[in-house]
Amino acid sequence: MQVHRVSRQYVIRKLLIMIPSLLGISIVLFSLLAMAPGDPFDELATNPAVPPEVRAALRAKFGLDDPVWMRYWHWLIALLQGDWGFSFVSRMDVSTLIMQRLPVTLVVIGASQILAIAVAIPVGVLAATRPYSLFDQIANTFAFIGFSLPTFFTGLVLILVFSIQLDWLPFVYRADISATGWEFYWEHIKQSIMPVTVLGLFQGAALVRFVRSSVLDVIRLDYVTTARSKGIGERKVITRHVVRNALIPVVTLVALQMPIVFSGAVVTEQIFRVPGIGSLLITSMLSNDTPVVMGVTFVSACLVVIFNLIADILYGWLDPRIAYR
Amino acid sequence: MAEPLLDIRGLKTWFKTEDGMVRAVDGVDLHIDSGETLGVVGESGCGKTVTARSVLKLIDMPPGRFEAGQILWKGRDLIPLEASEMNSIRAKEIAIIFQEPMTSLNPVYTVGDQIAEVIELHQKLSRKQALVAAAEMLRLVNIPNPQRRVHDYPHQFSGGMRQRVMIAMALSCQPKLLIADEPTTALDVTIQAQILELMQEMKDRFGMAIMLITHAMGVVAETCQRVTVMYAGLVVEEAPVEALFGNPRHPYTQGLIRSIPRVDRSAAKKQRLEAIAGTVPNMLEPPPGCRFAARCKFAMDICNQGIPPLKEVGTGHFVRCVL
Ligand SMILES: Nc1ncnc2c1ncn2[C@@H]1O[C@H](COP(=O)(O)OP(=O)(O)OP(=O)(O)O)[C@@H](O)[C@H]1O
Ligand code: SF4
Ligand SMILES: [Mg+2]
Repeated sequence: MQVHRVSRQYVIRKLLIMIPSLLGISIVLFSLLAMAPGDPFDELATNPAVPPEVRAALRAKFGLDDPVWMRYWHWLIALLQGDWGFSFVSRMDVSTLIMQRLPVTLVVIGASQILAIAVAIPVGVLAATRPYSLFDQIANTFAFIGFSLPTFFTGLVLILVFSIQLDWLPFVYRADISATGWEFYWEHIKQSIMPVTVLGLFQGAALVRFVRSSVLDVIRLDYVTTARSKGIGERKVITRHVVRNALIPVVTLVALQMPIVFSGAVVTEQIFRVPGIGSLLITSMLSNDTPVVMGVTFVSACLVVIFNLIADILYGWLDPRIAYR
Repeated sequence: MAEPLLDIRGLKTWFKTEDGMVRAVDGVDLHIDSGETLGVVGESGCGKTVTARSVLKLIDMPPGRFEAGQILWKGRDLIPLEASEMNSIRAKEIAIIFQEPMTSLNPVYTVGDQIAEVIELHQKLSRKQALVAAAEMLRLVNIPNPQRRVHDYPHQFSGGMRQRVMIAMALSCQPKLLIADEPTTALDVTIQAQILELMQEMKDRFGMAIMLITHAMGVVAETCQRVTVMYAGLVVEEAPVEALFGNPRHPYTQGLIRSIPRVDRSAAKKQRLEAIAGTVPNMLEPPPGCRFAARCKFAMDICNQGIPPLKEVGTGHFVRCVL
């Protein structure tokens, strides 16, 4: 069956809504970080080799003693010109630092989301079409376990079993793999398996339960009976008339869970030492590297907003009643 | 007499619930001949919908199950049929429309797509040809601008228009029987009349039989040739329409007919319809005898000793009462 086209107006409207949300998020983040104790020059203060005048001059140069709104204004103007700030700790541009780390995180998060969806949709649908069957009960039990176990725990268990006991998979993620060709990709895949599995199954467990209940909600609706009365066969009834409609709320849930996915990624990156923006965030927080913390959190916020935009477009595409309004 | 198109014999469709077995349909007998309109009436909860859905095997099993009986379609029992055989009868030979046009169509597909889906399947046409046929069906049910409207979604139609779409979909493969389960109950009075008129028009064109489930005795009098009256999962009276209105034999039928609002009565009296006192018995443990006994002013001792059999009291006129 054909699907309808989402109107351009709808997409433009959604894009325009992004601007005030991102501005709002950046203001909140900036103010929170400004209130937090410590700044990158704390270390200079305790360093006897740096005279107080030099310190004061540096602080003035970087505008650290300006009022918050003025610092925010400078930060925003610079950001709009593509300048994300400078890391005093790494002595590098924040944008360079983030660009080094972002791809790894995106790959891990993307792969784990795909894994979660690829597991959750078929399992959830099968469980819902056979409610209270053995399959349903097994799926429910696993989903409950997967959802209840925190990622740091499952991560450590996987490391114990697959790295330490069996020695099949590396437990430290390396960015500098020297191998070339197939071997290069194989090494990357091998070291991504555990972080992706941990994150993906955690997400998938929550999704299975949601897909199942969404399918159960739809399956008893009148139009499903209409579909059955057409004689099109149970399988087509389920795929065309049940799953298609049941996925609409699932899309929203996946988008709403993006912040949780990001925080899950921070933890997972710590466990497996994945050099992504999660671990960058932790190290820069520990070293009071405020511009980096601001940059990383803001990038994550942007990603979340972008995922929401994608979800909105998908939503409008799946449900014609939305895009026409 | 020729074999009836549909012949339901002693059908029992029960539901397993937490409280026990609900005997929603508990021994229904009814038949429909080719090209006739049969009215099925009875109070809410008496099992009309369950009977109708049983015919197309649209009952969820579990919790439902066929406990006994036969559903003979042109002499062949549908109950033991495989799903695939049943699917070749659905929509192609027996179609159904429901009470709620607002929820009977899938909101995410165009009405054209939904009608074409049936045509494509049963008439072995390509999707493109099926869409052309779907537009033609929309024209037949008097939807303005059918060529353009096939590409619209259900939410772009009013309730009455959606019921027209449902009728178009149901009739798109020229079924021999259309089951209409209270097709107008959810609509405004003026729209109700239009939909009934459309069904009559379609019947004249396609010549299918209709099983019309309704609460409205007035509608029955106008559109049906025969009537089956149901009470608590059983048929209590069956008669040609003139006999039923002229000489109702079952006390329940008599009550139903007295409760029809009469236009010719004075306005003051119109307010107080003669509704039948009391409520439908609990279908978890129905009384052993006549199920109407608790509300019947003629009830006697023998009424409670076993369910009275259906007995013939005139040509084609059957009643389940000891009187
Ligand atoms: N899935 C089900 N599970 C349990 N009981 C059910 C189920 N479906 C129907 N019933 C019961 O079967 C009985 C008959 O219901 P049915 O819908 O056939 O009545 P009806 O005559 O169509 O009433 P109405 O005029 O209100 O449409 C009711 O008591 C209802 O509670
Ligand atoms: S059998 Fe008895 S109780 Fe039942 S309707 Fe007839 S007279 Fe009334
Ligand atoms: Mg009903």
